[in-house]
Amino acid sequence: MDLVVSLALQILYGIANLALISLGLAIIFGMMRVINLAHGEFLMLGGYTVVIATNNGVNIWIAMLVLAPLVVGVIGVVVERLLIRWLYGRMIDTLLATWGLSLLFIGLVTSIFGASTATTISPPLGVITIGAYTSSGYEMFLIVVTVLLLVAVYATLKLTTLGLVARGTMQNAEMSSALGVSTSRIYMITFGLGAAVTGLAGGLLAPITGILPTIGAVYIAKAFITVISGGMAILAGTATASVLLGGVNGIVAFLTGPTIGEVALLVTAIILLRLMPRGITGTLFRKSL
Amino acid sequence: MQLKRRQFLASASAAALASPAIIGRAMAADGIKFVSILDQSNGLDIYGKPMVETTRMAVDEINDAGGLLGRPIDLKVYDPQSSIQLYTQFATQAAAGDRADVVHAGITSASREAIRPTFSRFQVLYFYNVLYEGGVCDINNFCTGSTPAQTVEKLVPYTMNKWGKKVYIIAADYNYGQITAQWVQKYVRDNGGDPVATEFFPLDVTNFGPTIKKIQQAQPDMVMSALVGGAHVSFYRQYAAAGMNASIPIASTTFGVGNEHKLISAEEGNGMICAYSYFEEVDNATNKAFVQRFRDRLGDDAPALNELAARAYEGAYIWAEAVRQAGSTERMAVIEALRSGVYYDGPSGRVQIEPKTNHANQNVYLAELKDQSFQILETYENQPPTDTLLVCDLVADPNQSTFKFENGLKAAGIDI
Repeated sequence: MDLVVSLALQILYGIANLALISLGLAIIFGMMRVINLAHGEFLMLGGYTVVIATNNGVNIWIAMLVLAPLVVGVIGVVVERLLIRWLYGRMIDTLLATWGLSLLFIGLVTSIFGASTATTISPPLGVITIGAYTSSGYEMFLIVVTVLLLVAVYATLKLTTLGLVARGTMQNAEMSSALGVSTSRIYMITFGLGAAVTGLAGGLLAPITGILPTIGAVYIAKAFITVISGGMAILAGTATASVLLGGVNGIVAFLTGPTIGEVALLVTAIILLRLMPRGITGTLFRKSL
Repeated sequence: MQLKRRQFLASASAAALASPAIIGRAMAADGIKFVSILDQSNGLDIYGKPMVETTRMAVDEINDAGGLLGRPIDLKVYDPQSSIQLYTQFATQAAAGDRADVVHAGITSASREAIRPTFSRFQVLYFYNVLYEGGVCDINNFCTGSTPAQTVEKLVPYTMNKWGKKVYIIAADYNYGQITAQWVQKYVRDNGGDPVATEFFPLDVTNFGPTIKKIQQAQPDMVMSALVGGAHVSFYRQYAAAGMNASIPIASTTFGVGNEHKLISAEEGNGMICAYSYFEEVDNATNKAFVQRFRDRLGDDAPALNELAARAYEGAYIWAEAVRQAGSTERMAVIEALRSGVYYDGPSGRVQIEPKTNHANQNVYLAELKDQSFQILETYENQPPTDTLLVCDLVADPNQSTFKFENGLKAAGIDI
């Protein structure tokens, strides 16, 4: 029984982890049809912000929850203004441009901070004991944060004027433009918000992962698969795809081993996209956000 | 004489065709060509960058002291960017294009196996200066790094005596991890222990939660890790976050050679035990001077030193010593000099080529991690590569160029 509860929490964390690393990508993809291949590097920059800030004496919570999204959000706005806005509607070109951007970020961070940077932080919040099993308190905190983040994005899209205009732009950019909405500004804000969410995710993962300039590469594939499996709806897509893929991965990895666990995740995604080429929300939950 | 167009073209093209050979010979006459192929970007740069720095340092030192045989060493460094394809491309370039006198190259076993045949075919002397799973038997290839019989064979009994006999093995899912895991299983059984489980991880896994639960379920006395690369650093952090480092300690055959001990905090890493043929903390005058020179060279940006970086430096010196003894850079003369028992007293102590295997007899140090640095607990001097000696005898048959453990230890006739 202890094992079941403890394992369930672990799988829940695996799901939250997937949702956390994918949400920023989903926002940018869902709103703007731009696939940001520098997404992994945005996560890396969030992590680096936390490592560098804490090495310079900044409180870890401020570094993770304030600085990481702020720094990466600003970088996102700059990137959108300088690069992305010239390429809207040209998906292949944006793929290529953002891939180049990812190489640029890796090169910049390596030349500024070196191939690896020493850190002093460890996960706060101690250990939760369930019978004979222990779980990380920090991982439980990440589950809560992920849920709150999803709720916040939902509220922003559903309840604010910005959200209304953004959804309008998403559905029909030309019509929104005709009604006096500055779609260019909406795109800039959306890209910045997506980047900020990604920076927050990278910052939150910093205490429990290794932070290196090249670490983005290990996240981009999983985030990409999650977003494509989820389909166009930002929230419902990310959430359902994370539950499905994270759940399969966690259970299979526990029963067999990590290699088969990874294989199971990919096989599930392939079968899913064969049956639902437009992702989960292209077939089910079509009216959802 | 009026030059006809046709004659002009003929003589000009003859000169053009001949010139590379002329230039090639002219250059070979002044500098000795030393090519280094090591990853300095993408995932493996945490290993490769310090190795390149120490290689440059060794070559600069030799040149400042008057070069070799009165000639300077001409160092050329290629960055294969953690891509096997670029390794094969640069290896061909080094052998056929640069006509290198020696090539020091490769970090992962996969990269070594991709380029080793190229150097055999082009007859270019090849050094591999990285700790690995053992088993290369190649007259043209000198493997100076430590192998499991030198390190793991010490690490397993030491940690089992300290912590207990049930060992949970986790390893990276490619040839190094697979074969090293088999060595660990063998040494655990040889010492009367029980390898309760062995798990392999693709190099991009970052969520180790399910495995940590399995370790809690299996309740071993210790965990032996042969994890590799940046993504796998997450394991040590998540293990500590679940409070496990307090109850089930970790030993590792890889932790620290990518300076991982700086990437996790002191409380996450304290108590881990590792064995390598070099630690920055090795206490001798040669090493202290080496570490100081390295820091003076690179200033505040100097990375921590580990076996890979130290051995890249020592490997260059061993080769230089053999060239001096041979009095020539000719490949067979240098190989014979190397196999006559050439040694170098470097930062790690004496490193001496063992002629049956072309590997190295070397000191091995066992150390515990404390506050992001290693405290040396035991020193084992002049350890032979007994694993490779089981399957390889180049004295009896020099015409070999194989990797004996390609299909695992059982296929090589070793019981695990």
